[in-house]
Order: sequence, then C-alpha cells, then structure tokens
Amino acid sequence: MTHYTATGLDSRKLAFWAFIGSECLLFGSLISTYLVYKGRSVRGPTPQEILNIPLTSVSTFVLLTSSLAMVLALAAVARGDKLWSRVWLFSTAFLGSIFLGFQAYEFTEFVHNGLTITTNLFGSTFYTLTGTHGAHVAVGVIWLLTLLVRSFQGKLGPDKALNVEIAGLYWHFVDVVWIVIFTVVYLIQ
Amino acid sequence: MATAVAEVKAEKASLGSTLWSWLTTTDHKRIGILYGVTAFVFFLIGGLEALIIRAQLAHSGNDLVSAETFNQLFTMHGTTMIFLAVMPLSAAFFNYIVPLQIGARDVAFPRLNAFSYWVFLFGGLLLNASFLFGAAPDGGWFGYPNLTSKQYSPGLNIDFWVIGLQVLGIASLAAGFNFVVTIINLRAPGMRMMRLPVFTWMTLVTQFLVITAFPVITVALVFLMFDRFFGTTFYSTAAGGDLLLWQHLFWLFGHPEVYILILPAMGIVSEVLPTFSRKPLFGYAVVVYSGLLIGVMGWGVWAHHMFAVGMGPIADSVFSATTMLIAIPTGVKIFNWLATMWGGQVQFRTPMLFALGFIAMFIIGGLSGVMHSSAAADLQQTDTYFVVAHIHYVLFGGAIQGIFAGIYYWWPKITGRLMNEKLGKWHFWLSFIGMNLAFFPMHFIGLLGMPRRIYTYSPELGLDTLNLVSTVGAFLIGISVLIFIYNVWWTRRHGEVAGNDPWRAATLEWTIPSPPPPYNFSVIPEVVSRLPRWSVTQMKAIPEVPPEPIHLPGGSYWPVVTAFGILVMAAGALLHSLWVVLLGGAVLVVGIYAWAFEPFEV
Repeated sequence: MTHYTATGLDSRKLAFWAFIGSECLLFGSLISTYLVYKGRSVRGPTPQEILNIPLTSVSTFVLLTSSLAMVLALAAVARGDKLWSRVWLFSTAFLGSIFLGFQAYEFTEFVHNGLTITTNLFGSTFYTLTGTHGAHVAVGVIWLLTLLVRSFQGKLGPDKALNVEIAGLYWHFVDVVWIVIFTVVYLIQ
Repeated sequence: MATAVAEVKAEKASLGSTLWSWLTTTDHKRIGILYGVTAFVFFLIGGLEALIIRAQLAHSGNDLVSAETFNQLFTMHGTTMIFLAVMPLSAAFFNYIVPLQIGARDVAFPRLNAFSYWVFLFGGLLLNASFLFGAAPDGGWFGYPNLTSKQYSPGLNIDFWVIGLQVLGIASLAAGFNFVVTIINLRAPGMRMMRLPVFTWMTLVTQFLVITAFPVITVALVFLMFDRFFGTTFYSTAAGGDLLLWQHLFWLFGHPEVYILILPAMGIVSEVLPTFSRKPLFGYAVVVYSGLLIGVMGWGVWAHHMFAVGMGPIADSVFSATTMLIAIPTGVKIFNWLATMWGGQVQFRTPMLFALGFIAMFIIGGLSGVMHSSAAADLQQTDTYFVVAHIHYVLFGGAIQGIFAGIYYWWPKITGRLMNEKLGKWHFWLSFIGMNLAFFPMHFIGLLGMPRRIYTYSPELGLDTLNLVSTVGAFLIGISVLIFIYNVWWTRRHGEVAGNDPWRAATLEWTIPSPPPPYNFSVIPEVVSRLPRWSVTQMKAIPEVPPEPIHLPGGSYWPVVTAFGILVMAAGALLHSLWVVLLGGAVLVVGIYAWAFEPFEV
C-alpha cells in the first residue's frame, strides 16, 4: 500500500485534514450562533440557573483523558503490541461512552428542570451545539469499537496503524472542539 | 481486479450489464459523463421554468400562471440552475478533465466520487419530485425566514427545499474533499503546483470554497429544519431570535458560492484562450494568484447582499470597500486574458467564441456588480430587475458561456469527434444575441421601478415593450440550446474524427487518445514544463500500447447503496416518519461498513 503521491502524504490522511477544516466551519457556525443569541432568551431557565459546572468538569476531564488513551492506542498498534492496543482502544471508547453518559444525564436533568429544545433561544442553541458534538463523540466511539473488533480479528497489525492514526485525528479534533464548547458555554457565562 | 489491456475485448455488451457497469462505475471519466448528462437535463428543466416565467411576464396583467405557481417557478429556476445545473456541469469537467490534466489514472477516492454523483442525482430528483406533489419550493432560492417559517409556509414546499439542499450539500462536500486531495496528491512526477493548468488551479480554489462554505449553509438549514419540524426558535422574533441570523449564515455561504459557480468557468476560459490565440497564457502566475485572492476575499463580502436591512454605516462601509476590492483581482484576470490574445494568431472556432462571449458579458456583469457595492446606490437597486440583470450577466454570460466553451473545447477529447462548427456558431450567436435581448433590458426595467419576483405588473408601469423584448430574448436562448442538442445528435453520426489533439493545445490531456483509454496514460508521464506540448524541452512520448499490465480499480455498488440510504433518510424526514429515517440510516450504515471492508485497491 505504498502509493506514490506528489506530497509524500497518504491521500486518506490529507482528505481527513481537509474534512477537519470543514468541520471547523460547522462547529464555528454553531458556536457563533450560540454566542450571538447569548442572553437574548425572553424567558428562563437561563444558563446561570441550570448549568452544572462541577458535573461537566468531571465529564470534560474524562474526555480529555480519553485523548491520552488514544495516543497510547496508536503507539501500541504501531509497535504491533496486540494486548495493549486492545486495552487502549477499549479505554478510549469506554471513556468516550462515559462522557456520553454524563451528557445523557445532563440533558435529562435539564428537561426535568424545564429546559427543552423549544423552551427558549438558550435551549435551542445549547442542545443543537452540544448535541452535534455528542453525535460526533458517538460516531467516534463506534469507530473505535470497530477498530477493536478488527484487532480481535487479527486485522489491525502495524501495517494498519494509519487507520488508527486517522481515527485518532478525529478523536482529538472532537476533544479540542469540546474544550472550546466547555469554555464558551459553561465557563464564560 | 487488475485488468490487462490485451484482455479487453470489443464485445457487444447486453443492456443489463451496460446499466450495471454504469451503476457501479468508479471511473472518473464515466462519472464525469454521468454528471454532465444529468446536469444538462436539469439545465433544460431550469430553462423551461425560465421560459414559463418570461412567457408570464411578456405583457402586463398576464394570467398564464397563478401567483403561487410563479413563486414555485422562480424558486425552482434559481435553485435548479445553481445547484443542479452550473455546479454539476462544472463537476463534469472536474471529473473528466482534472485527472487527465495532472497526469493521473483516476481521482484519489474513486468510490467516494461515485457516491458524490449518486447523492447529487438523488438530491436533484428529490427536489424536483416536489412538483409531483404540487408543492415545489416557493420561498426563493435564498429561503429567507420568516417567509419560510412554518407560520407563513405551512406546506411541504419548504420542507422539500430544506432537505433537498442538505442532501446536495453532502454530495458537494464529498466531491470537495476528493478533488482537493486529488489535485494536491495525485500530480504526476514533475507536475509542480506552478505547472498546473489554470483550469485545475481554479478547480482547487473552488473545492476549498466548497468544503468551507457548505458547512455554514448546512447549519443554517438545520436551524430552519428544526424550527419547522421541532418548534425551536432560531428564527422566531417573538422568542428573541433574529431573522438576520439566517441572512448572515446564508450569504456567508452564498457569496463564496458565487465564486464556486464562476471560478471553474474562468479556468476553462484560461485554457481555451491560449489554445486559440496560439500563445501561452499571459501572466500565468498572476492569473493563479488572482484566482486564489478571489477565493480568499470571497469570504469577506457577504453582507453586500444585505445593505437594505439596516446594518449601520460602519458595516455598510466595510462591505462596500471589500466588494470594490474584490473587483481588482477579477479585473487583473480580464486584462491577462486580453493580453493573451494580443499579438496572437486568433482562431475564431466555437470554443473561442464562447470564451470571448464570456469575457465581454462578464465585464458587463462585473461592472453592474461594482455598482451594487455602493451601499447608497444599492438601496435603489435591491429587489429590482436590475439585480436580475446583474446575476444573469454573471451566471449566464459568465458561467454558462464558459461551460459551453468547455463543452465545445473538450467534446472531441471526451467523444473522439469534433462538433459541427457551423451549428456551433449558430448556437453561439443566437444565444449571445438572445441573452443580451433577454437581460440587457432588465437593467432599465429595474431602474424604472419593477420589483423582481412579482408574477405580474400593471400597464401603467409602461414596461410592456421592454418586458416583451426580454421574453423574445429568452426564447432565442431556448432555440439556441435546441441547436446545440441537434449538434450533439449530428456529431454522433457525422462528426469529424478528432485524433489525439485536434486543437494543437498545450496541456497533458491532449497527449492521449480521444476518447482516452480506461487507464488514461499508458505510462505515467514525467512533466518537464508548464506547457508540455508547446515546450522546446519535450516530455517523453507516451506509448500507444501500455508496456506492462495496468492495475485498474474495479467497480463497486456500495457507493450507490450508501447514497440510497441518504435518500431514504431524506424521504423519511419529509414524511415525518422516524421509522423510515431509521431504515435509511440502517442502509447507510450497512453501506459504509461494506464499503470500508470490501476488497478494493486504488
């Protein structure tokens, strides 16, 4: 699979960088909309009344830790270490799932406290932004679990490290987006 | 699935296997032809809509169509021409020509390329299926809420539009990633960036605009869809929302989109002019950098579509200034094209006529564009026929004429036969006269006070004659397109056989047979200069028969299955049926996994 390319870069990796660039515009539009509409809701609940910063700090920490696991997974796959590539791939997916669990809990709490997607502008922008991010994490978890299955099938040797590297690019990107969202939505109110 | 060339036999294939081979094809040339034919059919549909619009406006107080039908006609005319005609007609050339110009055997991701085409086809069919339900979109191609909010557009019309455009966005994005990577990564040895043909360069800029602009409209459309389907409040002023949010997001996409439509045509013209002036393009580097600059600056002018909404003097001044600035790289290109012809041996073949028509008409459209950049003047022109005149000089006089230049220019490469010159000239002159009759009076119609998008007008306005002239012009364009179709039919039987290089052109695609063999290049060329066929330092000749067997990727039906999953999801969303959406999602997931794991070597 060593094709000649004009830049020496693998085409899939290049395509993925282009995809990430495109995703920046997607999240950029969502985050801008959140900021533009901040404080314009005509009725509550407001972010100050409802956001649970300690809880989300924990889930943020979990997601950041998963990026570390992702790095270790790639290193393990690249050196052909089957056991540890499985451990770290599973850990990454597992930590991602925990983050999603936190988000599901958070959304349920909010709905009980009277904030749905139709309640006010805060609800509309908040759920759309964080929901889009959550959907990205969910896709990432499924992707990682697929890689884990491939590993158990014995089809994830060092020659396939690029597959893991690209999944890692995606995972780290989704993580970085969360740092921005966490800062903009939760920390700067 | 390596295909040794010697094994390819000229058997008469059965209809079934022919259909199957097109359905599963991953060959960029076949996908290019699919794009071209499909987009041309949509071009005819959009043209027919335009003719009905012009027939309705032929004289005052006409009642050929109702106001409701008229709204559907102009909305679908705009949407069709932009998303289903001009963009995919350009995509036909991206697909067919770009790999040939950079010395590649295919695009970087052949199956993704097929997927783009099928999603585009399904999206186009979905949009037009709205006619069958008598519920074609009727909120204008710009879809401003609250006009398009549930309250004022309760029917299916806007649902078709909102969902159809999201589907088409997927197709454009997938193709965008594919061509960015193809152009950057699949260049033949020696094909440095500054040796790329200008058409390929403009394709690259266009694709960068696509992958950055389409996410923005996707977000705007998702908000509108949520407002309509789930009762969110993004575009609800009662809930504190701002209707200008849509306008900003839409034009943030919409203005780069204008350059997505025109840059490929500029690229085509930059290929045609040197060939028929027998001179290299004047100031290649400047033309390339101007194109890049247009792409970058295209992101900073969007609010000139919004001078009438009252953004305040600062914003108005800033966007006036940026809009005037973007005229500079455009003007630079025009002077480069003129200088290319200066002192050359100009040959007035049909592609050249269309290229010259492009320059002349684009100058008129560009000048009225600069007039809009003055916010004070623009207030008089907003929502009048003056703007309609402007966009048609840019998009018909510019984009469509550029595309026809490309069709006549590359037709011999694609089919192996030259189109009829006499019919081609009839086509050009009728369409050239027709477009000026149709669109030039619109400047006056607009300045004299006729608003756009109204289904009729009163005789007191005194615009009957000018409107009739415009209608006659539109039908002349219609006749010219019929001549083109006849030319295509005639050429199939009687067209002169072209050979490799009927125009004695400079770029790489003319070194190989017409039509090109499935593998394009029997050996990957070593490029030694920007104009490989005109340089003193000649590149190594490309043998007629490949010296060794060539590996070609096989076909795959997973792209069309995956695309079908998206169509089912879209249809489910239209029907408000979660089960159908989930079913489509299941097809999509199966398609993606089967695609990822099928043995397929590029």
